[in-house]
Amino acid sequence: MICERFASGKSILHSADPRVKILLAVLYAFVTVGLESQEGQILALLGGLLLVMAARLSLKEIFRRLFVVNLFVMMLWLILPWATTGSGIVNWGPIIITFEGINLAFSITLKCNAIILANLALLSTSTIFSLAHALAHLRVPSKIVQLIFFSWRYFHVIDSEFHRMNQAIKIRGFKPGSNLHTYRTYGHLIGTLFIKSLERGESVQKAMLCRGFDGTFWLLSHFRLRPSDICLVGLATAYLFFVIGVEWSPWR
Amino acid sequence: MALIDLNGISFAYPNGNLVLKGLSLRLEEGDKIGLLGENGAGKTTLLHIILGLLKPAKGEITVFGKRCETEQDFKKIRGAIGLLFQDSDDQLFCPTVLEDVAFGPLNMGMKRHEATDRAERTLDKLGIFHLRNRVPYQLSGGEKRLASMATILSMRPKILLLDEPTNGLDEKTGKRLISVLQNYPVRAWIMISQIQSTIEAMSNKYCQMNGGRIDLV
Repeated sequence: MICERFASGKSILHSADPRVKILLAVLYAFVTVGLESQEGQILALLGGLLLVMAARLSLKEIFRRLFVVNLFVMMLWLILPWATTGSGIVNWGPIIITFEGINLAFSITLKCNAIILANLALLSTSTIFSLAHALAHLRVPSKIVQLIFFSWRYFHVIDSEFHRMNQAIKIRGFKPGSNLHTYRTYGHLIGTLFIKSLERGESVQKAMLCRGFDGTFWLLSHFRLRPSDICLVGLATAYLFFVIGVEWSPWR
Repeated sequence: MALIDLNGISFAYPNGNLVLKGLSLRLEEGDKIGLLGENGAGKTTLLHIILGLLKPAKGEITVFGKRCETEQDFKKIRGAIGLLFQDSDDQLFCPTVLEDVAFGPLNMGMKRHEATDRAERTLDKLGIFHLRNRVPYQLSGGEKRLASMATILSMRPKILLLDEPTNGLDEKTGKRLISVLQNYPVRAWIMISQIQSTIEAMSNKYCQMNGGRIDLV
């Protein structure tokens, strides 16, 4: 369930302007993806950790989320070491583990975790509503912004509808198994969910039209760029320049 | 001049189900119409047609003396007619109750602080000021209903269309809603309800929907 667990809190990142945070998150991701040296990648990961600490997020919850992401990264570790050509380290018959393969998997792991940490610290410290509003201010097309916001908002409603229907089939003695009856039942369940979601969407649109909605989203508390935001931008870009400097430095 | 004048309205759903067959209805100043009818008689459909949310196949809709045909015509009247939906989950979508209540006034072109001010006063009138920072979909059923009522009253509508306003509310909450509505300076309303006591307490005219038409009882 998406529940904005990190959005309520008190830290310099929570109170920062969401527009600044979105731009920084994008910049951080682009710089990190472009890093080729291991030193640079480790520094990027360290930067992500620093941001998380600045946001004062619960480390337990952070690791829980990183674990989920790293399950996907594990797939790369299962494939890349033997699927990349290069100088072999271990030779198991037809399977050759290469140095380049391990290097590649390691660098992807570092970059991926660095970006996730930075995003958690920068983006999850805002509510979706203020992020959507910030995106609108950054001239992202209104349709995309609305799509993001309403997907999030109605995910809850659709999820609870699914649970209600699931309970309804359970109390009538339904036990899932590998048989046609189960597949048919789940088919009906998902089909009904689709139709209900569509109708819910139409009803919500009607309710919004009744209240004069014309595509503009209003936010009661408006964003204002404050000195602390400029400070944050300064520090973060200085760090990124430092990382790029290390990457290009001849003494490395 | 009637506030709302419906003439010969026919409406069918895409599945071919003809719910309204040449229906006519006049809402005059001071009318508090209680709309009765079986499930599926087309009561909700009728309210949606008045606001242009559904387009009838045939018939004329005149609101405040002006013919309404296009979406532009209906846009102009929507601020003046408040529709309370049957399902509150359809009506509430903002991250906080206060923002939801201020949504309408902001769309009407009010400044932020004016809209906040009006939203807060409306919440106060309904006795749910303490809910202003809560997340709407986490409220209880009764609280949700009062919050959606607030989202409508904050636009200061002249006419109310109430789709089962006290449905699913406990007696105390239902009574509170009724007393708020009775004290609200509204020119007329149409109310759908299956609850006899609500209809009796809140109407001075009764209409019965039957076979796609309306009869004054």
